Order: sequence, then C-alpha cells, then structure tokens
Amino acid sequence: MALIEYRDALNQAFAEEIERDSNVVLMGEEVAQYDGAYKVTRGLWKQFGDKRVVDTPISEAAFIGMGIGASMLGLRPVIELMFWSFCTVAYDQIVNNAAQIRYMSGGLINCPIVIRGPANGGTNVGATHSHTPENWLANIPGLKVVSAATPYDAKGLMKTAIRDNDPVMFMENTLLYGEKGEVPEEEYLIPLGKADIKKEGKDVTLIAHGRAALTALKAAELLAAEHDIDAEVIDLRSIRPLDEETILASVRKTHRAVLVDENKPFCGVSAQIAAMLQEKVFDDLDAPVLRVTSLDAPAIYSPKVEPKQLPRPQDVIAKVLSVC
Amino acid sequence: MDTAVKAKDYASAPINSKLSKEQKLDLLRGMLRIRRFEQEALSEYTKGKNMGGFLHLYIGQESVAIGACSLMGDNDHVITAYRCHGHALAVGMAMNECMAELFGKATGCSKGKGGSMHFFAPDKNFWGGHGIVGGQTPLGLGLAYGLKYKGLKGAALCFLGDGAVNQGCFYESLNMASLFELPVVYIIENNKYSMGTSLERSSVVKDCLAQRGEAFLVDWAQAGGEDIYEVRAAVQTAIERAHNSSKPTILELDTYRYYGHSVADAKHKGGYRSNDEIEIYKKDHDPIQLFKRRLIAEGLLTEEEFEKLSDDAKAEAKASVQYAEDSPLPEDGAIFEDVYFEVDRQTEAGRTGKHFFHD
Repeated sequence: MALIEYRDALNQAFAEEIERDSNVVLMGEEVAQYDGAYKVTRGLWKQFGDKRVVDTPISEAAFIGMGIGASMLGLRPVIELMFWSFCTVAYDQIVNNAAQIRYMSGGLINCPIVIRGPANGGTNVGATHSHTPENWLANIPGLKVVSAATPYDAKGLMKTAIRDNDPVMFMENTLLYGEKGEVPEEEYLIPLGKADIKKEGKDVTLIAHGRAALTALKAAELLAAEHDIDAEVIDLRSIRPLDEETILASVRKTHRAVLVDENKPFCGVSAQIAAMLQEKVFDDLDAPVLRVTSLDAPAIYSPKVEPKQLPRPQDVIAKVLSVC
Repeated sequence: MDTAVKAKDYASAPINSKLSKEQKLDLLRGMLRIRRFEQEALSEYTKGKNMGGFLHLYIGQESVAIGACSLMGDNDHVITAYRCHGHALAVGMAMNECMAELFGKATGCSKGKGGSMHFFAPDKNFWGGHGIVGGQTPLGLGLAYGLKYKGLKGAALCFLGDGAVNQGCFYESLNMASLFELPVVYIIENNKYSMGTSLERSSVVKDCLAQRGEAFLVDWAQAGGEDIYEVRAAVQTAIERAHNSSKPTILELDTYRYYGHSVADAKHKGGYRSNDEIEIYKKDHDPIQLFKRRLIAEGLLTEEEFEKLSDDAKAEAKASVQYAEDSPLPEDGAIFEDVYFEVDRQTEAGRTGKHFFHD
C-alpha cells in the first residue's frame, strides 16, 4: 500500500472516475488551471483538458445550478465549493433543486451530482469560512451527506459518491488534506451508509465523523494509556444514510456513549445520534449519553484561542471520565 | 383590433409562411386547450374541495408557450417557473395527468407529489415547473451545458417572469451562458406584475428588461407576445442562434395575465391594476381572439369551426376533471418513494444504512 496525502487520495478518485465514465466532469472555482485552491485537483486539467475539468467564475448559485441541470441530461458533475461555507449563496439550488427534483417529479428526474469541499473550523479564517454544514444538509430528505476522516476513506467514499445516482454532499477538511495514510494500489469502493469501527473497545463508545473521529482516536489512546479505559471509536463516514446498526451494536456492548462532533451542538449530527440512542438502546445504557461539540458560538478568529473551540482529546477524556 | 393594420406582418416570416392549415389550426387548438384546461381547473379550485395550495393561471399568455414550444426539435428543451400549466400542455403533456396532479392524485404527472407549480415530463424535454422565483434559471443554463457537452445541436428554452429578472442567480447565469457560449434562450414573459408589484415599482428601467443582457454581451430582443406569429418569429431567431452559434439570447415577450398572480391574489382586480386595464387586454389583445380573426381572414377557419375547437377543448378539460376525480390518491407509503433513486430501486446502495429517520 502506498502512503499518500488525503488530497491525493481524492485526486486519484477523480482521475479514475473521469477515466471510467465520460459523463464525469469536475467543476468549480480554481479547480483547473490553478490546480485547486488546496491542490486537491492538481494535474487533472493538464491530464484531462478543458472538457472534463472546468474553471468557473465565483458564481456558486449558477455553477451548482448548472451542474444540477446538466445532471438531468445524464452528466455526473463533481462540483467543488472552495469552502462548504459558501453553500449559503447556492442554498436554493441545493435544497430546492438538487434535493427535491426527484420527489417533485414523481421519480422521473435524477440528480447524480457530488458537491464537495472542505467543511471545517480550526484554520483561523473567521466565522464565515468555518461552517460545518453537514447537519444543515442531512436535515433535507433527498440529499446524502458523507464525511471522510482518512485518505483511505476519502478515496473509497468519493468513488462511490460519484457513482451514486442521488445528490451526495461530500465533506472534506483543510486540516486533513496534508495528512498521510495508506491507500491500496488496487481499486476499491466504500459503500455509503457503512460506519467504520476505527478502534475496538469494551468500556465506552466514542461516535464521531470527519476530523472528530481522529480526535476521538487520540482520546482513546490516552484513555487506554493513562486511565485503563478501553474505548471503541466509531467513525460514521456517512451521515445520511446512517449506519444505525453499527452504532447500536457498539453501545449495547459498551453501555456508554460519548459523541464527538465538530458540528455545533444545537440540532447537530450528535443531537440526532443522541436522540436515536435514547430511543433505541435506553435500557442498555449505564450512563447518560454525553456530547463533545464545537463551542456554541460563531468560530472565533484568534489563532491561539480557536483550537479551544473545537473538540480536543482532553475534552473527550473529561467527558468519558465522568461516565466511566 | 384589426390584424391587417399591424405595423409588421409576421405571417410572412419564413417560420410562419411555411405552416400548413393543419399546423395553424394546431396552434389555435393548443391555445384553446390551455385556456379551457385552466378554466376548468379554476372552477374546481374555487369549489374548495379537490385542490389545495396555489393555482397560478396562465390565461392570457397562451400564445407564448404554444408559439415557442411549437418550434421545438428533438434536442430542444424547456424549463419554466411555477406558472407552468401552459408550457406543460404545449410540450404535449395530457390534460388528464395535469388535472390529476392538481387534484393530488397518484395518476398525476408527478404522482401527486408536485402540485400545480411542479409539472414535469422529461420524455417530452420538459424539466418543470419550479417554485422559487428565478431558481430555474441556473437549471436552464445546465440543460444548455449538457447539450453542448454531449455535442448535440439544441437549445434550452428557459422561461421566467418579469419579477424573476431581479434575482441574482439570473445574472450569474447570464454571465456564464455568455462566457461558456451556451445555447440557452431566456424567455422573459413580461406580464407587467410580479405578484402585486408593477414593473414600474420593481425595475429602475421601465421599458425594457431584456436589455439587461447587454452587461454580459448577450444578444437580446423585445417582441410582442399576443401575436403567435410574432412569438414564433422571435423565438425562432433565438433558437437558430443557439443551434448555429451556441450563443445565448434574452427574449422579452410582452404579455398579460387575466387572473391574479395566483387564484389567492384578491387584489389583482381594482387593487394594483384597474378593471379597465384588464378589460382592454381581454378585448383588444387576447391571443386566441387575435389568432382566430387572423385565421378567419386567411380563409382557414369559420366561426363555427372555432366554436367546435373551443367546445372540443372544453370537453377534453371536463373529461380530465372526471379522470382526476376517479383517480386514486397516493398510498401513504408513497410519501417515502421517489426521495432517493437508490432506495426506490433497492440497489445495494439503497439497502445500506438508514435513509429515513421518522421512527
């Protein structure tokens, strides 16, 4: 297996899918000649040319709507948002067109698009650029929402997302683009709706997605080394569809759950999981379900302070110790 | 109004001069079918029993949809906003499926899931039926993008109202249409009112909306919308530009709706517009009456034949009401169908993970 960066794992997924299917087209701001604002698409324009890798003006509503319209004729656009935060100016296209067109046409029209880009705080770019909209989007029936924590997951999930016949909102992370991980040489796909048990354990279940899954893993290491607590770490990978079975089975085994989530707490992804746990495994729980989320205020700029706003391993450990 | 005194006679435009008698009668029949369909729909709506929500009537504007859609070839596509019944019938959708949709029945074109504002028929190159003002304009751009990507010689006819020209995504779309040289034709149906706000009160330039395309080097034109020959001549020019040079056009057609923004718009008569204004349009600018007189003058139609066409359309509309009444409602389970392709097809993806969270 090759050790490659998260951004290159995505890059491989794009290259392979462009080669496989003539209807796949990448579009977005700076994705072609500039090689991508975060170099995720580097080299692809040179390799595949103007038709398959398309620079767009800064017009998110128009190019996302254009991608949706083109998908109705059979194209499979993979559309980059330089930041997922910018989905706000294209929200009508995503929420009213991509998500509803199949339903409102009684199943006559499909929207096989991927909208992708980084969705994270922690980079000192202020509140407007630090949104984590996975909960906004997972709230809309008709959309699928995916979040990748590792290079392996990023590639496998992206290839599946591109082949999926429904609109998939793919959440990446600027803090992870440079992280390396092992990725097989041979082709593989990761299904949407399948969580990954990143570490097995028996004392408490940590449930997370995206970079928070790595925070949970780090916390689990420290819990084992310093507190003799054996935590299980579940990475959701896919938020909608959601792998309910894996989550419930784990909590039935460990009897405790702490949710780690870079979303804000109010109606965040972890709120949905917490509701599900109390409805479905209430009798298996030995302690309240607790959550570690981003602190509930706009993302602060101050570089020395912002890290405290996101879930840190020590925050996770503190919550775990309060229930174990 | 005597058509003979018109400044320009569009009957002689090449796209019209070659029309056969039957084709001309089809244009008239098409307009009558829209009017009769909507009159029946209005009658059912006001009974308050079978329909809910909004009903945006197209009556008064029939020449625009029929004229434009009569020009469509195999690779020409149509998308519009919420006042969509006319375009739906113009592309060849049946009254039955449309009326059943208004009744919220399982036999409706969208299985009762879309309603009045959301008719679709992709097999007839008709992509809706969109509820958010201006929201369809990037989709029209995308249809044009898809055509060009696939190397097809076609046009995307994207209809919008005079109110929609003030939405931002329309301008983003114009810039990209021009920049990427996409074969989209934005047809502004200027009926002078965005709900209860007159053009006078919504646009800084009062006498021309299409001109806004100049900022993006998009070719534009204004034409009358009441004379179906003029509509066809103007739209044909735009379609040819799309087909032959893959360039966008903005075409503004002057038209008028006799009813309110929707049926729920109580102030359209004697409120934001005068009764006299409405009556003048009905008397002197009605597209059906104008074309009827035209065809009689051309010796292709008699009063009796016109009445027969009108009665046939009314009978068809009444039959569609009966069809809708007799049709079944969607099953409760249908609420969860047509949300996700993969779930509907029960593919492996559709069977993996939880897609719905109501239990």
